[in-house]
Amino acid sequence: MTPPTVAPSAGARSRSAAQALDRRDRAWWQDLLARAVVGLGGISAVLFIAAIIVFIASQGFEFAWHRLSWSELLTGARWEPTAKPPSYGAWPLIAGTAWITAVAMAVAVPLSFAAAIYVGEFATGRRREWLKIVIETLAAIPSVVWGVVGLQVMNPLIQRLFDTPVGLNVLNAGIILGLMAAPIMTTLAEDALKAVPDAHREAAEALGATRWQTIRKVVLPHARPGLSAAVLLGIGRAFGETIAVLMASGHRLLPPSSVFDSAATITATIAAELGEAAVDSDHYQALFVLGLVLFCITFTINLLADWLVRGGRGRA
Amino acid sequence: MRTPLAVLAVLLPWGAACVRGTARYTEVRNLGSDTMLEVAGAWAEAYDKVTDHIVVSVSGGGSGTGIAALIVGKIDLANSSRKLKKEELARAEKRGQHPVEHKVGYDGIAIFVHRDNPLPSISMAQLKALFGDGGEVTRWSQLGVDLGDPKLDPIVLVSRQNNSGTYEYFREAVLGGSTGRFKLECMNLNGSKDVVDFCGKAKSAIGYSGLAYANEGVRVVPVTTGAERGPVAPNNASIIDGSYPIARPLFMYTNGAPQGATKEYLDWILSDAGQRVLMEHGYPPLRPL
Repeated sequence: MTPPTVAPSAGARSRSAAQALDRRDRAWWQDLLARAVVGLGGISAVLFIAAIIVFIASQGFEFAWHRLSWSELLTGARWEPTAKPPSYGAWPLIAGTAWITAVAMAVAVPLSFAAAIYVGEFATGRRREWLKIVIETLAAIPSVVWGVVGLQVMNPLIQRLFDTPVGLNVLNAGIILGLMAAPIMTTLAEDALKAVPDAHREAAEALGATRWQTIRKVVLPHARPGLSAAVLLGIGRAFGETIAVLMASGHRLLPPSSVFDSAATITATIAAELGEAAVDSDHYQALFVLGLVLFCITFTINLLADWLVRGGRGRA
Repeated sequence: MRTPLAVLAVLLPWGAACVRGTARYTEVRNLGSDTMLEVAGAWAEAYDKVTDHIVVSVSGGGSGTGIAALIVGKIDLANSSRKLKKEELARAEKRGQHPVEHKVGYDGIAIFVHRDNPLPSISMAQLKALFGDGGEVTRWSQLGVDLGDPKLDPIVLVSRQNNSGTYEYFREAVLGGSTGRFKLECMNLNGSKDVVDFCGKAKSAIGYSGLAYANEGVRVVPVTTGAERGPVAPNNASIIDGSYPIARPLFMYTNGAPQGATKEYLDWILSDAGQRVLMEHGYPPLRPL
């Protein structure tokens, strides 16, 4: 073991006593190592995000800077990167993504809130624990499995139920995405409900409120920031999901005008086209620019969700 | 579905090589088109029984991926379901490489409809009016077909994603060259098999895909080229003699003229034995066998 490097001086008796305790023994080195490892893990998320932004931006930079018209990208009606001349209008993709996400939320919000209220407010004991495990298992189903469900189960089902010629459409992809986003939203919503102090519930019940009145008038308003954050994170999940949407949406490059139209999303387009696009070609770079657009959207949504959660805590 | 096959195709010769000891064996690295992956794997497998000193490893990834790997010298033989693009050739020349094209077989692009659809045949002009941007055919009644329900009258067009070789070939052959554009109403599915499956489930759909993917849910529609010729169904004979209009050649590319093991393998593929393997997998061979 190395002795303390600083010699104790006459005027600093207490300090030298402290230093005598501060030996570089095994525990000290372990502490240093543990702190270094944990610290690296902590900042790694920041490093990864920075590296990903730099990578995506650098891959698409040359094209985005010199040849891409941003107004065409965001509002153009034709996504035909392999046609001659090519056109890079991503509006149908943006509209398709928005439509499918909207349907997904229409499915996921009632479902997950109802589940969260039941699990958090009504269910007790073993039933509650079981439900929580099942919901978490639902979140672990791989997205390609959901995609197969969309392709093989929902497609004929939608054709039959709604008497439409095509079952791969906004409705199909939206329902699939809604079911995928629901478990994580349920967990987050339940956390938000749990954060409401029991004193509030007891006060309401003491005043003669029924369970449902308590939930509707006291618990839900109090949990609103957390619930909004759950919805926003669910939207982020739906926006970023790829393979299930690619399989279930039909991938038609027109902005949909009803839920029975097929549509394409930004993520599905990137997944379908990147593999065959020649590296560094305009098409390849345009797909990276799309990735950047997607990243900006989900980043904004996550930030908003974070801000809401913090705002809620600040007021509580 | 593709990945396990690719892994198998790679592992089989590799496993065989391990058993026999790799030292005396030359490896031919073969990569590219997903359309050709199944038959490329079958070739490698069949060739393993013929040769005693060559091991062929096969993987997919797409025609573009294979050509890119050939240009940087990572592989010996690139599978491609389309001709080399000008930009790719330029990139290769810049690196001092000279890709050489070898036609190894054909792929018939068939027109698929639901098995209950009575459409007797379709002309090239009708196909263009159906799939091409600005084309006026949008309803089955315009083609003289009654599907029994007015909801089924609007035609559902089934196409491929915009960088698939099949998509490019169809644009070239049917929509009038590389400047042709598809209707935006097309659904762009992500695999040859998906197109056929979809047509088998949607009564009002029409789509194009590799002939080898036909199944019992769909019907293959014969195609007419002109007024004087009758409708032609895609099959080995009509594709080899060129009377069926929508068939594309399948290629393998080498860097410069093929040499050594690569040449031996390629010669075998072009021989009757190799061509028979192709035919067994549903692709028309280069010549009648």
